[in-house]
Amino acid sequence: MSVLRPDLAIIARNVSDGARILDVGCGDGALMAALRFHKSVDARGLEIDPANVASAVARGLSVVQGDADTDLADYPDNSFDFAILSQTLQTTRRPDLVLDHLLRIGRQAFVSFPNFAQWRIRFAHMFGGRMPVTEQLPHRWYDTPNIHHVTIDDFRSHLRDRNLVIEGQWFLSGDKPCNGGMANLMAQHAVFLLRRP
Amino acid sequence: MHDDTRFGLDKKTRLLGPVRLDSGAEFAPVDFAYETYGELNADKSNAILICHALTMDQYVASTHPVTGKSGWWLSMVGPDKPIDTSKYCVISINVMGSCMGSSGPASIDPATGHQYAMDFPVITIADMVRAQAILLDHLGIETLAAVVGGSMGGMQALAWASLFPDRVRSAIVIASTARHSAQNIAFHEVGRQAIMADPRWQGGAYYGSEPPASGLAVARMAAHITYLSEAGLTEKFGRRLQDRDAKSFGFDADFQVESYLRHQGLSFVDRFDANSYLYITRAMDYFDLTDAHDGVLAKAFAGTKTRFCLISFDSDWLYPTAESRRIVHALNAAGAAASFVELSSPFGHDSFLLDAPEMNRIVDGFLRAGESR
Repeated sequence: MSVLRPDLAIIARNVSDGARILDVGCGDGALMAALRFHKSVDARGLEIDPANVASAVARGLSVVQGDADTDLADYPDNSFDFAILSQTLQTTRRPDLVLDHLLRIGRQAFVSFPNFAQWRIRFAHMFGGRMPVTEQLPHRWYDTPNIHHVTIDDFRSHLRDRNLVIEGQWFLSGDKPCNGGMANLMAQHAVFLLRRP
Repeated sequence: MHDDTRFGLDKKTRLLGPVRLDSGAEFAPVDFAYETYGELNADKSNAILICHALTMDQYVASTHPVTGKSGWWLSMVGPDKPIDTSKYCVISINVMGSCMGSSGPASIDPATGHQYAMDFPVITIADMVRAQAILLDHLGIETLAAVVGGSMGGMQALAWASLFPDRVRSAIVIASTARHSAQNIAFHEVGRQAIMADPRWQGGAYYGSEPPASGLAVARMAAHITYLSEAGLTEKFGRRLQDRDAKSFGFDADFQVESYLRHQGLSFVDRFDANSYLYITRAMDYFDLTDAHDGVLAKAFAGTKTRFCLISFDSDWLYPTAESRRIVHALNAAGAAASFVELSSPFGHDSFLLDAPEMNRIVDGFLRAGESR
């Protein structure tokens, strides 16, 4: 699984063998394909971009073209062991509702997102006075798909408000793991494994 | 299988049946006109059934005997094409009710020695599929690697997966729907009324005399508009005039689009039977996969092991993307392995008949994935 993006590799390591998974915002299906190969999972995907869907279907994956903001409502309760939302939360119109659906559809949910409180981003704001453009977040203010900037502390606070249970959490600086204590300042990416209370 | 006369081009056979029809009637014997391409393998696991649309036929990948035109899905079916006839045994059957050799209103009723005409039973999409199953039994094919169809062919693929889930490993449903909408029925009714208003129709008993060609041509013209898109028509014809520099202030085909539609209508009547048009459009209008499932589409697929691939086109207003999505929702609810993509094309409903690289890539990949299971 060395070719997987680091946050996807964390998810892949922690999915149980043979699980039923729904990958929301699955892109061209890289994670699904890896999980199918290494963990024999029964994987389904939801992806908004038709070219990505075509690529995923062409590699033999079951992927449906759709929008996480509107189409998750069509999935039945508890129909998957894991619902996965990787690097997509910050692009949705209503991340809170998407999260509710994830935990309704899946018994557990993996959520990964870029941490907008990482120190480089803080520096760009504080000293540059500009919206940050980094290697990890290469978009400019007007063309970014990231419309709901979230930090690790924001996310934790939201989980507390909703009484959601953190089953696991992983933090990444580049492709290296980093410590949970300073995560909100140091981590570029966060991966959470959640379940309902 | 080289010397097996059941396989090959332009095959015809009569089977005892009967087909047990949704109307409660039984139909027998049943004539089938069909073609097969490629070789059936030893364990008979490589058969793909291609279901055709309303006015298409079994000549998927070979020359049409009436029009002389090449097969209607050559871009999809053939050696090294997405539906690869060097790997698969592809079967295409003229649907029951049609007029290219399978039993239909223009066939001779063995009981009377005359054409059935309006004594042919009213049939449904499910009846067409039940008839196809009888032919597949005759060919010794228990399980299909895939059922593939666009438009009415997609309805048949859905009906196959619902009626015979154990016989269908994969289903590809393109530019189709699980039910005919009020608008779909309305357009068909215009066509049927055009045929029946033609004095030559004579209550359907026109065989042996002049057929109701004017009515059928108008029916085709109306339907043909629904197969295209406004943008497509505008791009192809705009308001351009046909072979003239100015409007004629008369009712000739001044506009290119009029001339085109007239041509579509006139060329259609040479190859299609008006009564068949009535029966098949009726079957499509009756189609609602939820009818046998308490109005719940997901129940039509309960427990299915079939893999599904649905494709729609953004400019198709006959069976718009929302209809495919409705099927996908039902498949999700049933826990089925389903893929769906809406492709972009300016050509409306007929997009599925054109060479579309993205569609080809999806069909190819979806079928390959089925091979490794």
